[in-house]
Amino acid sequence: MTVQPGQCNCAAESFTERDVVAIVEKYGREQDQLLAMLLDIQEASGSSCVLREWAAIVAREIGLPLSKVFEVLTFYSMFSTEPRGRYLVEICKSAPCKMCKSDEVVAMFEKELGIKLGKTTPDKLFTLMHTSCVGACDIGPVAKIGEDVYGDLTPEKVSEIVNSYREKN
Amino acid sequence: MQPDCKNINLIIDGVPVSVPEGTTILDAAKKVGVKIPTLCHHPDLKVRATCRICVVEIKGQRKYKTACSTEVWEGAEVITNSPGVQQARKMVLELILAEHPQACLGCLRNTKCELQALTAEMGVANKNRLKKTVKVLPLDDCNGAIVRDASKCIQCGRCTEMCQEVQTVGAITTANRSMSYDVTTAFGKKLRETTCVYCGQCTTVCPVGALYEHDDTEKVWAALADPNKHVIVQTAPSVRVAIGDEFGLPAGTFSEGHMVAALRRIGFDKVFDTNWSADVTIMEEGHELIHRLTNRGVLPMITSCSPGWIKFIETFYPDMLPHLSTAKSPQQMFGALVKTFYAEKAGIDPANIVSVSVMPCTAKKIEAARPEMNDSGYRDVDIVITTREFARMIRRKGLDFCALPEEHFDDPMGVASGAGVIFGTSGGVMEAALRTVYEVVTKKELHALDFKAVRGQQGMKTAEVDLDGTPVKVVVVNGLKNARKILNEIREGKADYQFVEVMCCPGGCVGGGGQPVGTVRKTKASRMEGLYTADHKMNIRQSHKNPAVISMYKDFLGEPLGEKAHHLLHTHYTPREQQ
Repeated sequence: MTVQPGQCNCAAESFTERDVVAIVEKYGREQDQLLAMLLDIQEASGSSCVLREWAAIVAREIGLPLSKVFEVLTFYSMFSTEPRGRYLVEICKSAPCKMCKSDEVVAMFEKELGIKLGKTTPDKLFTLMHTSCVGACDIGPVAKIGEDVYGDLTPEKVSEIVNSYREKN
Repeated sequence: MQPDCKNINLIIDGVPVSVPEGTTILDAAKKVGVKIPTLCHHPDLKVRATCRICVVEIKGQRKYKTACSTEVWEGAEVITNSPGVQQARKMVLELILAEHPQACLGCLRNTKCELQALTAEMGVANKNRLKKTVKVLPLDDCNGAIVRDASKCIQCGRCTEMCQEVQTVGAITTANRSMSYDVTTAFGKKLRETTCVYCGQCTTVCPVGALYEHDDTEKVWAALADPNKHVIVQTAPSVRVAIGDEFGLPAGTFSEGHMVAALRRIGFDKVFDTNWSADVTIMEEGHELIHRLTNRGVLPMITSCSPGWIKFIETFYPDMLPHLSTAKSPQQMFGALVKTFYAEKAGIDPANIVSVSVMPCTAKKIEAARPEMNDSGYRDVDIVITTREFARMIRRKGLDFCALPEEHFDDPMGVASGAGVIFGTSGGVMEAALRTVYEVVTKKELHALDFKAVRGQQGMKTAEVDLDGTPVKVVVVNGLKNARKILNEIREGKADYQFVEVMCCPGGCVGGGGQPVGTVRKTKASRMEGLYTADHKMNIRQSHKNPAVISMYKDFLGEPLGEKAHHLLHTHYTPREQQ
């Protein structure tokens, strides 16, 4: 089973209003820190997203219309308003990686995770998706998980990488 | 023009022209008789230059420039309509049309649509080379005031600018990027799940049929067709200086006589005037102000006639509700009195009365539907139609508006003072109130009835009035951005006003969200003039001197702020959640 849009996941449920307010306060309730706040919320939520209810808290706390927060959330592709996995597995789809057969890397992850591209694993740990160039063409095709970039991938290596994240939880 | 303002000389389509520095190519072209097409441009809004339909060629430059956002410079040579420019504009239009349903016949904006007009002008209809990719999006028509048909949206962003920057309501926004760029609400919710105050300003700036009023004309036709119903109508002050626009009269023409005749021909049993109840409003609100001034009540007192404004303060400043006058708006006072005072006087069962109002406003629909607005024991106002819907009814009835004879309102709720007439413009409620309050407080006759300091379209106007030794500081604001400023000042204790008039829409009701399409700043100025001229011509220009109001208090209500008046003519407000 994969997470459907609008369906809340467990990680999201444990992330509360208090957590959102704490992040807003960390940035001094400054409107121009909106991006940083939203990124922190997305990271801390455990569901790699900013739900409407959290956006509403941010809007209220920093005195912006909710629509403005929504505008920012939809402008940047790094944000999602729908729950995703705790870890985003992003495969580069730009030309250099594509030519080095990034599709095969996608297939490796699909097999290892048991999901199709664009979907989330039932344990809500991983979402498999595409990304634009991350600037590591020399080791392409690459995969990016969080801030870590992996290249020169083989099915064995993929399995090892995925397991290392599984073990963290 | 400022005396130190530099003039710029340029050539447009071979014609030399001199315009002040800072003029756009768009405006400079008008001077040489050239109309450059626009879509996202609106004269009263900030320039966005997103649609690119206004591109022009500049001699010596490779790239086309958008005429709406480019200021002229010395020696520029502009070509507004070269084959290349025409080609570029056609492409822009074709791209928009490829995503537009083009269901013109069934569209409320048919014949009043900027996209339709442009398509005809540029000869693009039926010649579109592009594949149609119309997105069918859900229609948001459940709030009873404003309908949003996102399928028709051309993403010009005028409504966003109005909602975010002019009104600071923040209900409509742009979202996403590139192909998915969109005009929507936060998280795509329906308007009634947003902070929308239903002012309808978005509907007056939308160039197409993506935002429009909830049409209630069918309900009116049904009531008129029912022989058991006694259907009465009231007309707001500003409608009589705006309805003429729909029938080719010059902006601001005072067409009260034609309007009354049209309503009678449409079939209303009685044609009454909201100006009458505007006078009643002054009696109540004026006395409330005096009461607050003399009994250390909450000050400043803020007017409560404008329902978009009411929803705004309830949503964004719920802590400041005690500042609002408890007096209902003229529409609602009229409604409460028509089913009590009038029903009693005319010997009609109020259950059989259908109370209709013609308003410049979409928020009035929401106001009439507020659950507490039933103090008469019935719905005080049953159906609200806007000026635009009224025009539609006149057309449907086949009436030649301008050829109708000039008729008068019915008695007794059709007799009004000049103070009632000016309720339709920003500053009018304040001026009307001062004309009465002065005399009630000082017991002296007021000779100078014109309070010119509170007139005009400036967002904020202040004045100080001497009430026989007691100075009263007043401020008049229009447009919600200005209302926000005043509320912040009051909240921070920086304002020492005693009385504040707020009208939700820029310019007041003359610029209301239900007024004819194409209302701009200039139109509003003409309408204001129309109202002040009408006021000036009247014998009675003060609410408390209106004989029909005096006798109504004597025979029915008793004293202003009395028990009966309190029950029928005053209301309460509800704090609302922002999200």
